[in-house]
Amino acid sequence: MAILIDENTTFIIQGITGREAVNMTRECLDYGSKVVGGVTPGRGGRDIYGVPVYDTVREITEKERVDGSVISVPPAFVRDAAFEALENGIKLIVIVTERVPRAEVAQLVELATQKGARIIGPNCLGMIAPGKSKMGGIGGPAANTKQAYRPGNVGIMSRSGGMTTEIANSLTAAELGQSTAVSIGGDAIIGTTYAELMPLFEDDPETEAIAIYSEPGGPMDAQLAEYVKTKGTRLPIIAFMAGRFMDKMPGMRFGHAGTIVEGKQDTAAEKIRRLEDAGISVAEEISEIPELVKQRLGMN
Amino acid sequence: MRFYEFEAKALLAKQRVPLPKGGTAETAEEARKLAADIGGAVVLKSQVLSGGRMKAGGVKFAETPDEAAGIAEEIMKLEISGQLPKCVSVEQKAAVAKEYYLGVTYDAVAKLPVMIVSDMGGIDIEEVAEQHPDHVAKAHFSTLTPFTDFRAKELIASLGIKGRELTQLTSIVARLVRVFQQYDLTLAEINPLAQLEDGSFVALDCHLDMEDEARDRHQGVLDELGIAPDETRQGRPPTEFEIRGARVDQVDPRGVAGRVVEFEGNLGCVIGAGGGSLTIFDAIQKHGGKPANYCEIGGNPSVRKAAELTKLILSKPGVKKICVIMNVVSNTRVDIVARGVIKGVVEAGFDPADKIAIFRIPGAWEKDGFAILDKYGVEYCDRSVSMSEAARRAVEKVKSGA
Repeated sequence: MAILIDENTTFIIQGITGREAVNMTRECLDYGSKVVGGVTPGRGGRDIYGVPVYDTVREITEKERVDGSVISVPPAFVRDAAFEALENGIKLIVIVTERVPRAEVAQLVELATQKGARIIGPNCLGMIAPGKSKMGGIGGPAANTKQAYRPGNVGIMSRSGGMTTEIANSLTAAELGQSTAVSIGGDAIIGTTYAELMPLFEDDPETEAIAIYSEPGGPMDAQLAEYVKTKGTRLPIIAFMAGRFMDKMPGMRFGHAGTIVEGKQDTAAEKIRRLEDAGISVAEEISEIPELVKQRLGMN
Repeated sequence: MRFYEFEAKALLAKQRVPLPKGGTAETAEEARKLAADIGGAVVLKSQVLSGGRMKAGGVKFAETPDEAAGIAEEIMKLEISGQLPKCVSVEQKAAVAKEYYLGVTYDAVAKLPVMIVSDMGGIDIEEVAEQHPDHVAKAHFSTLTPFTDFRAKELIASLGIKGRELTQLTSIVARLVRVFQQYDLTLAEINPLAQLEDGSFVALDCHLDMEDEARDRHQGVLDELGIAPDETRQGRPPTEFEIRGARVDQVDPRGVAGRVVEFEGNLGCVIGAGGGSLTIFDAIQKHGGKPANYCEIGGNPSVRKAAELTKLILSKPGVKKICVIMNVVSNTRVDIVARGVIKGVVEAGFDPADKIAIFRIPGAWEKDGFAILDKYGVEYCDRSVSMSEAARRAVEKVKSGA
């Protein structure tokens, strides 16, 4: 088991003929993902590493089951691509693109909610169920991905795509595999937050602990802390908070679009306080995460 | 991107939000003339991109044009949060009977825009929400269906507001929502919205932020306001070093290398990506190091771009060594970054083995990258060494001068 995706998940790539998307297609195929088609308007009839390219999403969904889509198009086309996927019944959408204005993100998330679909991102690298499938650029080329990720029982959620892999790598080195790792995105508004993924991990028998990477800015840590305090969880959670230096630099954006200290609730210090208050362990360093996972699981 | 109050008011005026009579002045003479045209008492306000202007002495009242001229001169010289004002606004002093708060922003938990109204305006809304929650009303609204005024009406009515106040406030909140939507704002606040003794309303102060990502969609109105594309409008104005960094990023469109923030320090940082940079910066400080800059390498920057970034950082006075650290990379190629950094160090006239304190980028094409580093005698490490440990080694090298 895993959450969101497994070895049977079929997905398409919108914007498949773009430079980054071509690489991503290759990486996903090499890892064993089922990429059943790609869409780039005006390029229908070609293929990318054997994946047929179409002009419209409908041409694919009319023919076969499509569980998900990875959107890798320039910012100005993201909303349209997401609407196209949603209107054609696709229920799981990963948006890789960054720099999408939040007015448009809010629109496509609202439509997804109406359609009973889920958005991951924008500004993310997608997700991976190690040994089964990866959906997005997460982990990079298949050989590198296999080096960093291995199947196991820790779920990962991260606002940084790169740090998702860094954490997985430190867990793998300590012989702790991962159930599913989700790069949730670094924007101010994202389709799926930590707290919204918790029930999925909760229901996944394979997942036994959660590791989280977070940053200053936004209410998502407070939402997670609130979730854990009110709903409770069987899963020990270990969080890492980067960007502590930013607390002294209000109004400055670092790293991701959503990473800015505008009020007290945005600071690393306040977030750490809330997470710890909810019983979440906060690691000082990435390299402490495996040890904390083992401690909380009573493994040593 | 934050607007100055006078710019924000120009945007509100386009939707006919009621505003006090007035204008802006850069000199005492201009202020005198404005005050004379307005007639009667005026308020003068420093135009800086910062809150707390009243406390800092940037907001003052004048009874006569002469007094206004003198105050304008003082305010123009007064630094607030490290900024000198762009100009001084001169507005008719309002006879205020009651103050309201109106705000529109995004709620990242609901993932929808939200309207906030309070009949206790003039003070910090978060404080009001904490101490008098029954005086604050909030309502989300759809981004898919067109906004119509009843949503504002319901919200205002929920505070027990009736009669003419209800209809007038409804129209002003709806206009504020339209400004918010029309200009891709992330925050639109009127605080306070004053009800005058004659019953009419006027927006005394406001705060509007435009989404950075949407700036190019609003070039027309930004041009009209005279806001140049390189005005970052962040927490502080960009330094010369940061402007040069932005130019490096424009060398070619491949990847990101050049978004830099300057600090006082001696360890130059060639670090990435988004989250990795934050993690490494914290680690350097934790180990007692002094980073000279923050930066982000992401995507797949060209060799030339990585080289130019390296040269820029080495050109900063006081930089003794650089560290090159990233998280395990997915799509950035280790060999390209290695090649670029070495090229930059050599072109700057230094020995890579001496100037590069440590290179820690594991991931795609690492074997090729490590081979290049071997050739130049640069100390590197793979994924078995943590980012924090790599940062510690770099800090030690700078301290010992090795």
